[in-house]
Amino acid sequence: MEIVYQGQTTYVQTAGYDLDPAKPSVCFVHGAGMDHAVWTLFVRYFARNGYNAIAPDLRGHGRSAGAALTSIEACAQWLLGLLDALALGAVGLAGHSMGSLVGLQAAADGADRVRALALLGFGYPMAVGAPLLDAARADDHAAVDMMTIWGHDFGAQIGGHQVPGLSITNITKRRLEAARPGVIYADLNACHTYTGGEAAAAKIQCPVTLILGDRDRMTPVRGAREFASRFAHASVEMIPGCGHGMMEEKPEQTHRALVKTLAS
Amino acid sequence: MSGPRYLGFDTLSLHAGQRPDPATGSRATPIYQTTSYVFDDAARAAGLFAVARAGYVYSRIANPTVSVLEERLAALEGGVGAVATASGMAAIHVAIATLVGAGSHIVSSRALYGGTHNLFAYTLPRFGVETSLVDPRDPASFAAAIRPNTKLLFAETVGNPRGEVLDVEAVANIAHAAGVPLIIDATLTTPALMQPIALGADVVVHSLTKFIGGHGIAIGGAVIDGGRFDWEASGRFPQMIARDPGLNELDFAEDFGPAAYIMRVRLEGLRDFGASLSPHNAFHLLQGLETLPLRMRRHCDNAQAIARWLATQPAVEQVSYAGLPNHPDHALAQRLMPKGCGAVFSFVLKGGRAAGRKFIDALQVFSHLANVGDAKSLVIHPASTTHARLDAEALARAGISEGLVRLSIGLEDAQDLIDDLARALNASQK
Repeated sequence: MEIVYQGQTTYVQTAGYDLDPAKPSVCFVHGAGMDHAVWTLFVRYFARNGYNAIAPDLRGHGRSAGAALTSIEACAQWLLGLLDALALGAVGLAGHSMGSLVGLQAAADGADRVRALALLGFGYPMAVGAPLLDAARADDHAAVDMMTIWGHDFGAQIGGHQVPGLSITNITKRRLEAARPGVIYADLNACHTYTGGEAAAAKIQCPVTLILGDRDRMTPVRGAREFASRFAHASVEMIPGCGHGMMEEKPEQTHRALVKTLAS
Repeated sequence: MSGPRYLGFDTLSLHAGQRPDPATGSRATPIYQTTSYVFDDAARAAGLFAVARAGYVYSRIANPTVSVLEERLAALEGGVGAVATASGMAAIHVAIATLVGAGSHIVSSRALYGGTHNLFAYTLPRFGVETSLVDPRDPASFAAAIRPNTKLLFAETVGNPRGEVLDVEAVANIAHAAGVPLIIDATLTTPALMQPIALGADVVVHSLTKFIGGHGIAIGGAVIDGGRFDWEASGRFPQMIARDPGLNELDFAEDFGPAAYIMRVRLEGLRDFGASLSPHNAFHLLQGLETLPLRMRRHCDNAQAIARWLATQPAVEQVSYAGLPNHPDHALAQRLMPKGCGAVFSFVLKGGRAAGRKFIDALQVFSHLANVGDAKSLVIHPASTTHARLDAEALARAGISEGLVRLSIGLEDAQDLIDDLARALNASQK
């Protein structure tokens, strides 16, 4: 559905369901250069199982208008405001990659708004290499290629999508190609310059699950594992044979981890 | 690019879509000869039926062996996904049926495989779908034929039998300016010679029966989605941009983004029309795909040598092969197909219908049959077979002369093929 939020047309995927304040809610936040469609299977599952399930397009992404926000903190505030605008209670919040940083910050800033937090493809700090950042700044297709290749386990190029007949890497590539000029750079730079992770983690009291691919080349698991100890209540769900793009690479394993984490 | 690189075409031909079977370690793709799949529990079953979980339900919709073939084709064509079908015609039908309905209009090149021509000219009109046939060598003719109810442009990469080469980029630009997708039948070129999606096409269809299978043993087809067409912006496809009560309340563009079209082809097209590929045929077609780049190089080398030789023969009036400098599309072919112009072409024999019959009967290495794209060389004389009922005037209207012979050049020693043709040419003129 589309709403006007902060003066901008804002798209929120609900799988066609109306939101019901009486239901528990889950919210999914996409990563850099992406949009809501990375979450479709999961939104449809939760929506059909008694939840308000939403996956917004962050400002400037997908079907949401406006310029992309340039910091993780601004994205987190935007997200919390959106949850207010939608009159949702405390949500189970899941974020992928850049979305995981947004989720982390939002859970810290809006402690009463997040009842459970799932951080997928998470790393902190989320430093972005100069070649990728430079290519993104120049809107060079090389940025799309680097994110497509490094954003999955090597085997993803071979394939084996659990949704029959789909190409893991080519879908990711098309999504990134569809990002408006400047958006990928804004997102990557927001990740690169984010320094609030430790402080945010210290504030979070809800249960946190890090859902990680053991072959993640964008946000290697060692750093995420170490960071997990900063949360009051954290666990790690490791997906074997999976890179950074677990929603495409291992949707069934991701589904199970998300249900375990977000179900109220 | 200062960074990683994608796997190359030859590697993808061998590996894409399949990793060693996790249950058994089988290196070759297992044949999952099953109709259906046991659900782990009720919740997973419900999720699969609701398109809220990933996996298999019923082999009419998807099968693991077939999926390997589909992913491999998507990888080789640069598409976001593919759906394999029971035949090439089934692929064309489902590719089109996903987009059209009664009252729709298609603009197509008139240089078409006969089966496709029949579909457009005779069968689809019974369902209220009209097609305008235009000159593939004149991209502007596509633009001129587009109407408010036009749903797609359709063409083949290389026409048969005259070898017209389509300027895919030019026609794709025309299609997109009008907000309609371009569907390309790339059967005769295969992704080894041309990748239409990279040139701007939105959907590619194949008869896998031909060069991709490559051995004349299995019928199959495929639809591959480029994933770039903007269904929302087009405004011509309400079925792609609204929640569909007949399809689990899916809004394909909204829910699947770049995979919107191919998901609808599978979830509606295979579910409702049912022209799915058997896993056994998928296995055979996969064996062909593994050697596609190697075979296409040899096919093209042989075809080029034979076309060049035929052009020097006194019994031959004309050779229509885009690899020859005197072909009207030679320059375009060099640009679009630098690795070769394929291996199906025609020539015109002096002496008309009678000479054609003598020529066919004298061949000993070429096989006389109605197919193309086999590893073995094939030949057919339309005036005495597929078009035998037509007189000379009617043949001319169909663009076929009485002495026209179509060749599909195989992988034999080129000199053996030339010797066989030389014997037959000699016999044809007696």
